[in-house]
Amino acid sequence: MTTRRVFSRQALALAGGLALPAARAQFRVEISGVGATQVPIAVLRLRDEERAPQAVSAIIRADLERSGLFKMVEPGAASLDETSRPNFSDWRGLASDALVAGSVTRLADGRFDVRYRLWDVVRGTELTAQALSVAREDLRLAAHRAADDIYQKLTGERGVFSTRIAYVSKTAGRHTLWVADADGENAQSAVAGPEPIISPAWSSNGRELAYVSFETRKAVVYVQDVLTSQRRAVASYKGSNSAPAWSPDGSQLVVTLTRDGLSQLYVIGRNGENLRRLTTSSGIDTEAAWSADGRTIYFVSDRGGGPQIYRVGLDGNNPERVTFAGNYNISPALSADGRYLAYITRLASNSFRLTLMELATGTITSLTDTTDDESPAFAPNSRLIIYASRANGRDVLMTTTLDGTIKARLGAPQADVREPTWGPYGR
Amino acid sequence: MNRFFSRSPSGPLAAHAGRRVALIGLLACASLLGACGTTTRLDPAAPVEDKGSGARATAAAPGSGSGLNGANGLNGGTLSPLPESKVGTLDLGANKANADRSGRAASAKTVYFGYDSYVVRDQDRNVIEANASYLAGDRKRQLLIEGHTDERGGREYNLALGQKRADSVVRALVLLGAADSQLEAVSYGKERPAASGGDEAAFAKNRRAELKDR
Repeated sequence: MTTRRVFSRQALALAGGLALPAARAQFRVEISGVGATQVPIAVLRLRDEERAPQAVSAIIRADLERSGLFKMVEPGAASLDETSRPNFSDWRGLASDALVAGSVTRLADGRFDVRYRLWDVVRGTELTAQALSVAREDLRLAAHRAADDIYQKLTGERGVFSTRIAYVSKTAGRHTLWVADADGENAQSAVAGPEPIISPAWSSNGRELAYVSFETRKAVVYVQDVLTSQRRAVASYKGSNSAPAWSPDGSQLVVTLTRDGLSQLYVIGRNGENLRRLTTSSGIDTEAAWSADGRTIYFVSDRGGGPQIYRVGLDGNNPERVTFAGNYNISPALSADGRYLAYITRLASNSFRLTLMELATGTITSLTDTTDDESPAFAPNSRLIIYASRANGRDVLMTTTLDGTIKARLGAPQADVREPTWGPYGR
Repeated sequence: MNRFFSRSPSGPLAAHAGRRVALIGLLACASLLGACGTTTRLDPAAPVEDKGSGARATAAAPGSGSGLNGANGLNGGTLSPLPESKVGTLDLGANKANADRSGRAASAKTVYFGYDSYVVRDQDRNVIEANASYLAGDRKRQLLIEGHTDERGGREYNLALGQKRADSVVRALVLLGAADSQLEAVSYGKERPAASGGDEAAFAKNRRAELKDR
């Protein structure tokens, strides 16, 4: 059974009297699926937030809803802020278990002061209260940090709303690597050019992006500083250089090189030094992905005929096959908690589907019913997967919970988006 | 101290009965002001800096730097020179692709492949022979062999498959007299289709290797 709700800025504006400055891009969150247990929460519009360039409470609501663990309770005409003393029986009457209220104040120097308080309605107690003072450009970030705080207080787990993603868009012969908030909004261009860009990968401290660019008419691996856009080519050998994968400690990458003929895996330092071959097979070895503990490399190899996922230690000895169901399994991604492997399976009907394997048991679950899934990546809290898919003839970015029940389409406004990768905590 | 959060634990927030509420009140106080000194599990956040009202800025909360990179406005008391959300942009320039890819018509040629295959077929033999003689005729001549795939399947795996196609053409050329040093095999995978359409006719036009002058 599916419930679909669409929140558009216009709808929220009508409900809460928000102003709609023309410069802001349309912002939509589409959720499908009903989770098993959802905490009902009322997130009120923050006092005076309509005077700020971002609708902070709407961002918080959308974040909580996309996680699949919360159900929004409409607050009606209530008007509270962080200094209020709510009448909890009113909120219990609305079947809300939690309540958030606050305010947004513009300071004289142009910065903004975002304040909120979270109450446990059932117990009538306060769970957290924060004040965040931010530059105008960081208002969305403040909203996401508030959502992370609320999420953590109510679920006991760390939120990922203030993390970032990177992805590629292709429009009219222009390829762009974007860095955006985890909700797909606030996208900024990191690299743009007429030649393809593929396989972006975040360093574990979130400061650099590795990617493959064809600007010199072949695939070359670059590492670029996200803040300054300074970059270096770390693999530019004969033939194609691709599929960069960072070690969890950020000191090395595994890349796919064809310098010795077939596509094989090599380890290099973060500046391209100390090249060392990792795999030797008579097939294609590519798409390396590190385990979170940095000791195992998962990768795709067609040494057995069709592409399957294998894993090997850093010494490269005795790779072990991991996928056996189906004849085409690619694009491995590992969760930070070490429990799961996500990948793409080609089904008999030539459709490509996001699949999850629980590593301890080998249990496999299909996570979608779409047919053009690509490029899965886990959120740093191991609770969500981002992936590219196709809907209504367009390439889109989606997130899903690990049980596949709650899916959200991200608001990335560019056409034909693909290759998403999820950045770490702490940006 | 900010005027909004100057209440002590004995103020209205703690009016509810119960030690538990008073304790939470203390924790909230600590998270906001940083100077209360109580350890909390709350996320790091800035105490309020209300420069506009001239209020005294409070010290950074303990641990407020954890998980955050570098100086930033949320460390309390430290203004960052750049917002945390800034991303530097590298523009690789306008579309020169057409100029680069025109090549010289006489020697720009294409070899096609069957599905999931990288074997040079008999029907492309004349293309290989012509280009092998071209290269054998002058050792300074060079060709770039670009391998491509149709749009089905993963990007990186297709990049590797395209590379196999390019390699296959290189081997065929070498067998017929070209020198290895005159050739470089590269791949575009599925990133540069020659034809759109999503049907078998388009797929067949995209499974190719292009031979280009360098």
